[in-house]
Amino acid sequence: MALLEVEDLRTYFKTREGEVRAVDGVSFSLEHSKMLGIVGESGCGKSVTVLSIMGLVQTPGRVVGGSAVFQGRDLVQLKGRELEDVRGHEIGMIFQDPMTSLNPTLTIGTQLTETLRRHLGMNKDQARKRAVELLEEVHIPNAARRLDDYPHRYSGGMRQRVMIAIAISCNPKLLIADEPTTALDVTVQAGVLDLLHELRSIHEMGVIIITHDMGVVAETADDIIVMYAGQIVEQATALDLFDRPEHPYTEALLEALPQVEGEGIREGRLRSISGRPPDLLDPPPACRFAPRCAYAGQDDCATVPPDLREIRPGHWVRSSHPTSERAAAPVGAR
Amino acid sequence: MLKFIIRRVAWTIPVILLVIFMTFLMMRQIKGNPFQVTERAVNEATQRTLDRKFHLDQPWYIQYAYYVKGVFTANLGPSLVQRDRDVNDVIKDHFPVSLKLGGLAMLWAVLVGIPLGIIAALKQNTKLDYAVMAVVNAGYALPNFLIATVLIYLFAVKWREHTPFPTNGWGGWETWVLPAAALGHAPMTFFARIVRGSMLETLQQDYIRTAKAKGLRWRRVVGLHVLRNSLIPAVTAAAPLLGFLITGSFIVEFVFGIPGIGRYFVNSVTARDYSVTMGITILLSMIIIFANLLVDILYGYLDPRTRDVRT
Ligand SMILES: Nc1ncnc2c1ncn2[C@@H]1O[C@H](COP(=O)(O)OP(=O)(O)OP(=O)(O)O)[C@@H](O)[C@H]1O
Ligand SMILES: [Mg+2]
Repeated sequence: MALLEVEDLRTYFKTREGEVRAVDGVSFSLEHSKMLGIVGESGCGKSVTVLSIMGLVQTPGRVVGGSAVFQGRDLVQLKGRELEDVRGHEIGMIFQDPMTSLNPTLTIGTQLTETLRRHLGMNKDQARKRAVELLEEVHIPNAARRLDDYPHRYSGGMRQRVMIAIAISCNPKLLIADEPTTALDVTVQAGVLDLLHELRSIHEMGVIIITHDMGVVAETADDIIVMYAGQIVEQATALDLFDRPEHPYTEALLEALPQVEGEGIREGRLRSISGRPPDLLDPPPACRFAPRCAYAGQDDCATVPPDLREIRPGHWVRSSHPTSERAAAPVGAR
Repeated sequence: MLKFIIRRVAWTIPVILLVIFMTFLMMRQIKGNPFQVTERAVNEATQRTLDRKFHLDQPWYIQYAYYVKGVFTANLGPSLVQRDRDVNDVIKDHFPVSLKLGGLAMLWAVLVGIPLGIIAALKQNTKLDYAVMAVVNAGYALPNFLIATVLIYLFAVKWREHTPFPTNGWGGWETWVLPAAALGHAPMTFFARIVRGSMLETLQQDYIRTAKAKGLRWRRVVGLHVLRNSLIPAVTAAAPLLGFLITGSFIVEFVFGIPGIGRYFVNSVTARDYSVTMGITILLSMIIIFANLLVDILYGYLDPRTRDVRT
């Protein structure tokens, strides 16, 4: 059985202007100890997807449909208190901005130990001892002395390490990292990523990592999901996706990456491709990528929504014009 | 933290000196001399003796030094109008009353206002929130003499058989309730609004999302993570408020016939009792300085970032 099985997840925001379909029928599954990367442009629904799994969507947002079965239990159906027992215990989560993700008025020690005491029933002394070990595990120097410091004494990279320590403190089976390095200084990004991978293999955690940076997931993720406008548009193993991307959007994303000399791996940030993602209040009726797609012609693209189909074993794509079925050049080039 | 407190306390000394100086300066700007007020004019020899006794023949900085010495040795000199009474006596008689009234009003404001703000924020955009805020906003607009009058009318007149509250005077606890409520009403609404606003802001913070993601019980998320941060603005505002409540209760003291210092302060000004006016001014300034000191220390306790910046 998979560790996490997400099925047709839908999260809508009821706003004054109308219903924003931030997550619109997302399905995927994650096996034990595997790593899944979710990539896509800003606003495509990556964060809302994982927040929905955690039951952390803020009003006016609401999970309106679908399921997220984690170790046999559907998190979407769990009651508030049952979900609280899962969060931070069986699923750990870290966020994009470590500067604002820790409470400025409580010591690092308090913020670490409260999770241990809450979920593992440790007493104060046990929790403190464990907290020091955890800080050492995420390579904070002088861990014992730094336990009583407040977050403002820690640098951004160190705060993210603390966030990681908190997230893994109860030995979760799943770690969700929402753009864990985006807000960090370039010089410390690699260190934080290495730490994540190190801990992942030690603790045998499944990991969902969200990123803008293809380089972050290229080498390490097992599977990759590409999201566009609230939907999954391509899903495959990392190797297959980088070798033979099928969706025109994925292609454009990969083409926009600078090639690093001497290495076979493409690295770098997602550059904006021409045009803008659609307004989720009123997305294109059929293929949501059609207005920006170089291959969308006079055919069904504007009228029939493409299904997510398995173009070859393990490789799913939502497009009428995947690379391997394409003979002609882009419409514009003709 | 201790270093921070010591530093902060040390800083109040020059501030107090400055306050005394300003008060002193202002009083000197008033033309004339208390002993030359027409109906009580004295002859020249007496005037000279008086000048000597009160150091009025000395240059101003010597007078200032004498006055500072007086303040720090808690001797504010005699009243110029009331025979046989020192400024100290005036303060001793009337200040405790104002202190108690202001303190009770503050207690009312905090104990009612903060919970109302918390409830309104947690139930944002529900009927409960609207009801609380309607009462608070309406109350905010009413001046305290009106509230005092209404309270007297309702509790001390209309329902006098059923309530123990008298219309005026100052004695047992039943005489404290109505004045404290009247005086504390405005700051109560103020606390409710400020706490509601900062709670709503704090609830949106990333670290609250972190606290939830850790699986903490909602009680702890609100009681520790949200509250601690949302009380900071309320605490900051509390200092001037407390000072204002102790010093600015003149109207309520008047309406309820309470022998507090606010009433006496106003009387001293009209009676040209300069030494009393000065003494009370300095006392009240010191209260405000002290309240600010208290808040800074509390603030340092609530928000650790400020400790590092200032030490
Ligand atoms: N509070 C809200 N009210 C209305 N719409 C919202 C709200 N929060 C999110 N959305 C919608 O959800 C969409 C997806 O947001 P989400 O944060 O998941 O994007 P993302 O893919 O994580 O982007 P980024 O890379 O910038 O983090 C947004 O485009 C926005 O339209
Ligand atoms: Mg995001």
